[in-house]
Amino acid sequence: MTNGGPTRDDRWQIQVRGLHKSFGSQEVLRGIDLDIERGKTNIVIGGSGQGKSVLMKHLMGLLQPDSGQICVDGEDIVGLDEVAIGKVQRKFGMVFQYAALFDSLNVVENIAFPLIERYHLPKSEILDRVRDLLRRLDLANVPGVEEKFPGELSGGMRKRVGLARALVDRPKILLYDEPTTGLDPIASKNVDEMIRRTADDFGVTSVVISHDMASTFRIADRIAMLYDGTIIACGTPAELLAAPHPRLREFVEPSGAVKFGASS
Amino acid sequence: MSDTSPTNPNGGTEEFSSARVVRLVGRVFGPLLGAVAIFGQHMMLLGRAFTWLFRRPFRLRLYLEQMEFIGVGSMPIIMLVGFFSGAVTALQAITALAMFDQQRWVGYGVGVSLARELAPVFTALMITARAGSAMATELGSMRITEQIDALSTFAVNPVHYLVTPRLVASILMLPIMTMVFNVVGLLGAYIISILVYQIDFGQVLELFRHWVDPLDYVQGLIKAVIFGVAMALTACYQGFNVRGGAKEVGRATTAAVVSSSVSVLVLDYFLIEIMNVIWPSHGM
Repeated sequence: MTNGGPTRDDRWQIQVRGLHKSFGSQEVLRGIDLDIERGKTNIVIGGSGQGKSVLMKHLMGLLQPDSGQICVDGEDIVGLDEVAIGKVQRKFGMVFQYAALFDSLNVVENIAFPLIERYHLPKSEILDRVRDLLRRLDLANVPGVEEKFPGELSGGMRKRVGLARALVDRPKILLYDEPTTGLDPIASKNVDEMIRRTADDFGVTSVVISHDMASTFRIADRIAMLYDGTIIACGTPAELLAAPHPRLREFVEPSGAVKFGASS
Repeated sequence: MSDTSPTNPNGGTEEFSSARVVRLVGRVFGPLLGAVAIFGQHMMLLGRAFTWLFRRPFRLRLYLEQMEFIGVGSMPIIMLVGFFSGAVTALQAITALAMFDQQRWVGYGVGVSLARELAPVFTALMITARAGSAMATELGSMRITEQIDALSTFAVNPVHYLVTPRLVASILMLPIMTMVFNVVGLLGAYIISILVYQIDFGQVLELFRHWVDPLDYVQGLIKAVIFGVAMALTACYQGFNVRGGAKEVGRATTAAVVSSSVSVLVLDYFLIEIMNVIWPSHGM
């Protein structure tokens, strides 16, 4: 980690330096330094209530920090006005924990929502883009899927529709908020595959927030651990396993997902 | 410590007394400050909702959907309640007026009661129970399932998308539904007075036309607009600020219905006082 301001480097899509955020008297982020590598799957792990979601909202400009820098593609997004932040947000797609699909809209309307809100595209083009995504995410073969409402979909399908909605505006960065929470091991594995495949097929940078260790070590290119409002360990899985931070060991060992001391 | 501790509740060390004073002040003014803060948050939400009203995109579909839900969807219940309110008021008025053999005044009595009080207040209460509760529940569920956060990620302002259409639809539909209530209420009164009690229609109509002023209806409609703001604002505020799970959504819905209903009745009193000042000769 470097101190001071980040330098422009094409390897890093997002660079965070000295990020502080408090809510009232509660200090949630206490000087976060974090680099998100372009085109890779970057995973931020940490226990409940450690500020993972708050950090994610900062990356996307949904929350403004008390101090610090967040550079997306070399541009500091802290303190930008509403219009400029809106432009930055178009680089991002967010996949919510429970998909957060709009109940009152059907599958097509949900996926098309970002396009309808942001641009004046012809209906046929919107429909083409939605159908293309349905096909690529294996949703097109479900009978009548386009007209279904979120309540009629299974959990896995809802996740894929949520992913389609995040992808429809062709983002450069995809944020996943605890994508495997509440899923059984097989469904969890399917979601992992979905994240990997999306990264490969769509060429996006993935930022995943998770506390599922098995999943993390399956798909991560880089891992950062958030503890008590700071990043205490950061690197490739092999680096973290070779020289584990005591807190990381404490966090990972109970899951039995990986063994420390190994090189991969 | 026990040696210096006061045995007399009025005595004691200075430190002890000041702590008590702070606690006492907190206990007395705490709830008051809390109420002022919540009122302020409501006003801020109202201000934001109105500011967004004039900003693009306008999303006409959302306004029409809400108007359909709040207005057209409430039509059956408003007609039912309106009919019986008119009928019952006529029945009570006839019983009272019969003591003086003046039943022909029933048209005026029912007309003015409906126009000024019954129609706006009952309409607001009915729509609160039906649409206000639904607004709080819908927004609360959207909050706990992160749908409101999802809106923000698409650079859509949740107040613009969710609160402004509900507020505007309530402001437009409550007066319309109040007029529906008036018409159906008069129909109820007509059936009781003319068809059941056989009171002379000519006399009832003449006294109604002579004594019920258009201003009575104007006052009722002004109230309806203000009740519409209070209802939608309270429901949206409660729904929007849900934190937690399903239980909290239920609590927010209850709070929305209770506080909307109470504010309608409290506002009604103050609006009468204000209108009596604005139109002094009109107050009866």
